[in-house]
Amino acid sequence: MTSLFEEVNPEPADVPVRRVTLTVNGERRAAEVEPRLLLAHLLRQGFRLTGTHTGCDTTNCGACTVLYDGVPVKSCTMLAVQADGHEVMTVEGLANASELHAIQEGFKDAHGLQCGFCTPGMMLTAKALLERNPDPTEDDVRWALSGNLCRCTGYQNIVKSVLWAAAKMRAEAGG
Amino acid sequence: MKLRFASPELLVDINNIPGLDYHRVDADGSIHVGALCRHADLERSDVLASRQPAMAAAAPLIADPIVRNRGTLVGSLCHADPQGDWASVVTALGGHVVAQGSDGRRTIPVADFVSGPFQNVLAIDEIAVEAVIPAPKATPAGGYLKLERRVGDFATVGVAVAIELSGASITRAGIALTGVGGSTIDCADASAALVGGSLTADTIGQAAELAAQAARPRTDHRGSADYKRQIVRTFVVRILNRVVESADRAA
Repeated sequence: MTSLFEEVNPEPADVPVRRVTLTVNGERRAAEVEPRLLLAHLLRQGFRLTGTHTGCDTTNCGACTVLYDGVPVKSCTMLAVQADGHEVMTVEGLANASELHAIQEGFKDAHGLQCGFCTPGMMLTAKALLERNPDPTEDDVRWALSGNLCRCTGYQNIVKSVLWAAAKMRAEAGG
Repeated sequence: MKLRFASPELLVDINNIPGLDYHRVDADGSIHVGALCRHADLERSDVLASRQPAMAAAAPLIADPIVRNRGTLVGSLCHADPQGDWASVVTALGGHVVAQGSDGRRTIPVADFVSGPFQNVLAIDEIAVEAVIPAPKATPAGGYLKLERRVGDFATVGVAVAIELSGASITRAGIALTGVGGSTIDCADASAALVGGSLTADTIGQAAELAAQAARPRTDHRGSADYKRQIVRTFVVRILNRVVESADRAA
């Protein structure tokens, strides 16, 4: 278990389970889950992908944001069974084995994080934004990130990080 | 469900039902929003801005951008949260909900659809399949304004205004309020004060005053009751002044 807060007792024998098969970060994964299990908890506890954070549990903070068929969703507000047959990307899917994603580089270069708790959600929301709009204004970035809360940075450096990544991704696409 | 307000024995996910993710304008001018049309679809719609400005104004103000990717207008109406934004917009527009059950379809005016906080009149074997906004008989105008402490918070005050203009004359009006009472408030008196008149400072002021009187706000951490009433007044004036300004620009 990753924390006491999330500790789940072994299921009693009479609890119904459903089999789900989904693609997580490009890899097909299957699990037997209780129908009430949240997607965030399947990712964290079932698949041990603890980069997806659960901050508020009330669809507010956006720390649990993942890409669901390419679209940012708050994974604490979806049931794991709803992901059956769908594609999910978590922050672990951003980098490849040898190098960081441009968005991760941006957060590093522009000091886009302090405690890092909101960062996975911020980066995945940013990824979806930059796919839709490769050349966003500062306003576009602030608007897109307005469902992701950060309690450390005051957002300034997060916005800079995304703009940094956008510039790098445009340069790479152009070159 | 996470807050244990509801623990259903059986939960049916309608997300996999094909053919419900549309929003379209029919030949008669009515707007149809399917049960799986997301807030984000309405936010990016290229038909709403010209066909129904109050809806176009509301779509980008629902919750936050990530929630808008999953949430739906019809779901918001079904949820029947007194703090819901779409309920006041659809009320101001005189819209209705279409329910499909084992006995066929029925149409329920939005005012009758909600039976109480978080309660609607759907039967156990029914689902809401679409919301319908009736065709305007004249030029639609209006807007939606929401005061919120930050993106995604519950509305301190939300005001929906939808009018129809034939030349300078107001032929239909709807004003409804979010967040200032135990349910969505239909400001019938304020709407009636507009119909038959034109958008002068006097009629706008009178409608704003009647809307503020219809509000039933409570003093809480989002502001005092008087403050919220003042915001209702201000928002009605602001929305209608913007209609006047855009008519002046077009002329």
